[in-house]
Amino acid sequence: MPRMLYAEAVVEVLRRSVEGDDRVHLMGQYFLGLTPHRTMVGDLYRQYPDRVYFPPIAELGYVGAGIGAAIAGLRPIVDCATASFTFQAFAQILNEAANIHYMSGGQTSVPMVIHYNHGVRGGGAAQHSHSPQAMMWNTPGLEIITPSNPADLIGLVLTAVASDNPTIWVDHVRLFDIEGEVPENIEPIPFGRASIPREGTDLTIFASSWMVRRSLEAAELLASEGISVEVVDPRTLVPLDEEAILRSVAKTGRLLVVDECHLRCGVGSEIAATVAEHAYGDLLAPIRRLATLDVPVPFSPPLEQYVEPTTAKILAAARSVTGVQSGA
Amino acid sequence: MLPDLEPEALVVLLERMIVARRFEEELIELAGDRDIGHFHVYIGQESTGIPALSLLEQGDLSFTNHRNHGHLIARGAEPGPMYAEILGRATGYCRGKGGTLHLASAEHGFPTTSSVTSGCIPLAVGAGMGLQRLGSDRVSVCLVGDGALEEGAWHESANIAAMERLPVVFLCENNSLEALGQRAGEYPSSTMAASDLTELASVFGIESVAIDGLDTRAAHQTMTEAVHRARSGGGPTFIEARTVRWPGNRPIWPELATGKTDLSMAWDASLIRPEHAIWHREQDGLLGFVRELLDSGCVTSDAALGLDKRATERVREGLAFALDSPYPEPEEALEHVFAPRGD
Repeated sequence: MPRMLYAEAVVEVLRRSVEGDDRVHLMGQYFLGLTPHRTMVGDLYRQYPDRVYFPPIAELGYVGAGIGAAIAGLRPIVDCATASFTFQAFAQILNEAANIHYMSGGQTSVPMVIHYNHGVRGGGAAQHSHSPQAMMWNTPGLEIITPSNPADLIGLVLTAVASDNPTIWVDHVRLFDIEGEVPENIEPIPFGRASIPREGTDLTIFASSWMVRRSLEAAELLASEGISVEVVDPRTLVPLDEEAILRSVAKTGRLLVVDECHLRCGVGSEIAATVAEHAYGDLLAPIRRLATLDVPVPFSPPLEQYVEPTTAKILAAARSVTGVQSGA
Repeated sequence: MLPDLEPEALVVLLERMIVARRFEEELIELAGDRDIGHFHVYIGQESTGIPALSLLEQGDLSFTNHRNHGHLIARGAEPGPMYAEILGRATGYCRGKGGTLHLASAEHGFPTTSSVTSGCIPLAVGAGMGLQRLGSDRVSVCLVGDGALEEGAWHESANIAAMERLPVVFLCENNSLEALGQRAGEYPSSTMAASDLTELASVFGIESVAIDGLDTRAAHQTMTEAVHRARSGGGPTFIEARTVRWPGNRPIWPELATGKTDLSMAWDASLIRPEHAIWHREQDGLLGFVRELLDSGCVTSDAALGLDKRATERVREGLAFALDSPYPEPEEALEHVFAPRGD
């Protein structure tokens, strides 16, 4: 099975989408951020100049234009680059795109994809390090995908592009260097189906996007300490595969949620609440939430690492939930 | 002056203008009897919107705002499902999900209506971009008031429309001419530093024109030219129609300050009482249009009254239909969050 970098998979799925449907147009030019991989998308832009729109620095205007274009019959994939920039466009994403199908009584659909790179990327400081997916989840009407590996990325984006709903494509620049197997004839991945990238019996770790990688890394280390961790990757937050999470917790009896949103009202809080509500009887220990601390993300490296969910913090939290003292 | 149209077409415009007027009058009256929530009426702007929007064709998209009732009527929407939507009934165009603020009828070219000031501007520009990239000759029309130009969305979107030469027509109905600033001889709007709204478009190189909102010929003519420009790849146009704010619109809640419109005032000045005489003589675009039609011989006063009777009946039937319609089942609140998914 061929392997590819996550960044290559981003370009691959954009290419497949453009080539697979004349209505797919790309709006924006920073799908790969300012990372060294950014030039990889250049060939696609040069090959399909009529299918690419390079907008002015006007997120409200051009994301809104993507919504309008979708209403008129295109299936735009709109890039907001850094997640924090979506705040400029919130009025259009949250108040227009999310509401249009509903408030028109089903008359009008908004088949578009909105891409952003979220989270702590290293030195982004307070205004370039947000993870706004929880805010978006709190707005009914948006589908949200959170891929964590190249194959899932391609499969989920293919489904997002085919969807008649506005879909938020949550990416993370730290994922771009991940390498993974991608089947030759990869199929669209249906929304609302979690994956279990690692099975275990002592503890369920729920994590999405980049946090899946850190959780898998922690799980490997914990195995050597005799703690068997199951990692649940929802792959899509909306719709959410609640069953898969509850099934895993029923098996392990313990839940740690690892989330790059801020702690209060984050994605992890919602998962913790869902499990507490529906699977309280399965729990052998209190649920534990590990998330970005409730402060703006600071610039200085030691400060930044202090507030983000690191692998070391996952290890400590896992030991705490399972009642195992530090394996050192 | 009258639009350059055949007499039959002028009569159609008159009937739509009367329907738009009677629609709002019935609604205001209804609001006196029962709590139907806050709403915005189109009275005073019919002489702009009806001739301008009536000339759009099937497939042309229009994006309006909170003051949308007259716009929908201009493009042929029916009073019944409009009232039903405003009253939250299952038979409304949006099945009761949108109400007056989001009144939309896709089949009449209104895919969605944003009631956030300026919300429709990026959408309309984007629809123009979509139509252009699809190779369509259809156009997108953006309907805003002067207030929307105070928002950043205007400036971002106007720039995009101009740079891409998008098939978009911005029709700005400025109804703040009597706002405090203007009265003091300052600005065309109460909270805008620009002294001429068209400059907010022409600075981007957008073809811009200001018209008298009471001049049906100007509305029809400038809109015809703008739509032609858009269809033929000539890019966007900005039209500012300077309308008069109807006295009944001045309070926060609309009231029939000038009474129900009596079309006979158009030919019998003795019916006009001193109170609101300026409105009835000079500022009511509907009465003005009737006077011009009478002068040109396109209609007689009897014919105008006949049209009014028919329009009023149509509106009342629509209201009765809405009042007889059921509310949606409560569980329908859970439907239409998402378009159907394949998985």
